[in-house]
Amino acid sequence: MPNKLLVALDGSDCGRRALAAAAQHAKLTGSDLVLTYVIDWSPYSFHTPEELSERHERRESEIERANAAVLQPEAAALINAGMTVQTLVRHGKIAETLVELAKELDVSQIYIGRIGESRVRSMIFGTVTAALVQTSPVPVTVVP
Amino acid sequence: MGRLFLTFIVLIAAFGNAHAGIDETINAATAPIAEWVGQVVFFKIPILGAQLPVVVLWLVVGAVFFTVYMGFINVRGFKHAISLVKGDYADPNSSGEVSHFQALATAVSGTVGIGNIGGVAVAVTVGGAGATFWLIVAGFLGMSTKFVECTLGVKYRQEFDDGHVSGGPMYYLNKGFSERGMAGFGKFMGTFYAVGIFIGALGIGNMFQSNQAYVQLNHVAGGALDGLGWLVGLILAAIVFSVIIGGIKSIARVTEKIVPFMAIFYCLFAIIVILMNANTIPQAIANIFTGAFTGEGVAGGALGAMIIGFQRAVFSNEAGIGSASIAHSAVRTEEPVTEGIVSLLEPFIDTIVICTITALVIGTAQVADPSFAGDAKGVAMTSAAFEREFSWFPLPLAFAALLFAFSTMISWSYYGLKGWTYLFGEGDTGQTIYKLLFCAFVALGCVVQLGPILDISDALVFLICVPNILGLYFLAPIVKREMNSYFRRLESGEIKKFK
Repeated sequence: MPNKLLVALDGSDCGRRALAAAAQHAKLTGSDLVLTYVIDWSPYSFHTPEELSERHERRESEIERANAAVLQPEAAALINAGMTVQTLVRHGKIAETLVELAKELDVSQIYIGRIGESRVRSMIFGTVTAALVQTSPVPVTVVP
Repeated sequence: MGRLFLTFIVLIAAFGNAHAGIDETINAATAPIAEWVGQVVFFKIPILGAQLPVVVLWLVVGAVFFTVYMGFINVRGFKHAISLVKGDYADPNSSGEVSHFQALATAVSGTVGIGNIGGVAVAVTVGGAGATFWLIVAGFLGMSTKFVECTLGVKYRQEFDDGHVSGGPMYYLNKGFSERGMAGFGKFMGTFYAVGIFIGALGIGNMFQSNQAYVQLNHVAGGALDGLGWLVGLILAAIVFSVIIGGIKSIARVTEKIVPFMAIFYCLFAIIVILMNANTIPQAIANIFTGAFTGEGVAGGALGAMIIGFQRAVFSNEAGIGSASIAHSAVRTEEPVTEGIVSLLEPFIDTIVICTITALVIGTAQVADPSFAGDAKGVAMTSAAFEREFSWFPLPLAFAALLFAFSTMISWSYYGLKGWTYLFGEGDTGQTIYKLLFCAFVALGCVVQLGPILDISDALVFLICVPNILGLYFLAPIVKREMNSYFRRLESGEIKKFK
């Protein structure tokens, strides 16, 4: 079975650059690509009852948007170039979810763009990429 | 939207201009209604010198029945409830859907309200320390009732084409009875419940909350707001308006976030206050137990204390009313039983933990100084008990009470709305009319005094227990079947643990 590379996309240029690096790597090593869009979400947040009742439709539209705007176009281009590509949208804390996916799909490496986060925020919570690097079971490539 | 808000402002301004003596006028007008409604709903049968309202008996018998019939699910399901809330069984493929934790948190912020602070004080004043014991017992039994109603809420909810869901007792009463060949009766029960929850939402979930928030604010302000109930009411109504009609979700979201912290903060300080009176704890606990069985100084003795305790417990945790089942219906799950199991934590948190802590704060203060509260009642009495140790406490307590009241109002506005849409359809205009009405009642709640308002809201909430519990009896075998099947599959490993 070929190696799988997990690429985290978020519609930003950074994500696109991470994908370019991953695609190059995949071509050289004959690996498959898994493109993923993680929608930041916590199962422990608080909502009004009205929001809860609308949650399902909102989730569907979030997934649809991630697929249509980011994952599908990128995947189509790569498939045209003759690569094997899988796409996946999931809700959750970004670093945590990527780690989970890496284990679940048994990937050999994670590619992620360096996400621009505000200084205050990263001072308090740390950055997503740092958290990922700390907890990932496989090598992580952070693309600036 | 802007025009709507303007109309609303004009209306409330007109209301405000006419305020001279409006408090008394409304009081005078509502008192006889309250009396009449109270007499009908709380029809009492005298037993051994105590007055037992039939409806309280109805609820307690129901709770005992469900506890036994479901094989003490309130004990058996407790541990599993916690692992469900922790997300141990959450399928990553449905990440992004409403989690068990979210459903629980939303339902809890709907029930943790002023009842936990003020209602307990009312119970202790009227029913003595012993009422606390029965309050806890009722909370424990209520866990089973809650399990049954929330399971049914999910099982029989209505899904609409656009993916949004409506659920709750009106739906399970209607569909459940229809399934058993009693379509006409089911329709009647569903409609009856929907009308009841709509009116109840204006009472317990609205007027009572805003009323107590005002009383508490006035207490902190040292009476500076006397006669200004209409003004406080208008401000509160305007805030509620901005959330439920204006769609300013951020206010609601902020409250929903602060409420759990306030609850923890409240419990923490309550425990500190109790510990500061450590030498009186044994006596306070002894009072609860002896009071429960002797009912000394309580009208109707032990039975009197019991009735008061049970009544307050239901008022606080809403088991048997069916409201939480409306909130839980929103969760998309293959297993309705899981929602039921999670929901049994609600009476536990609300009544067994928070109400008991409040009762102990008051109880220990009473032992130390029997006349600590003067003639303060409700929230003011609890506040006085805290004040003995921390002179500054009434301020944050008032803030907490205000937030509790607010989040309860937001939750109940939704419960009432579901009753309304059940009756009049899901149309937007109808929903807006309901929401305007809801805001008007927020303002009204601050104007009427505690007496008649408490009676009316109590009565209305107890009234909807009648169709709800009746439905629960009928549908209990279905719940039992689902529950047994669920636990069987859990044991065999067919239901997977993801964490």
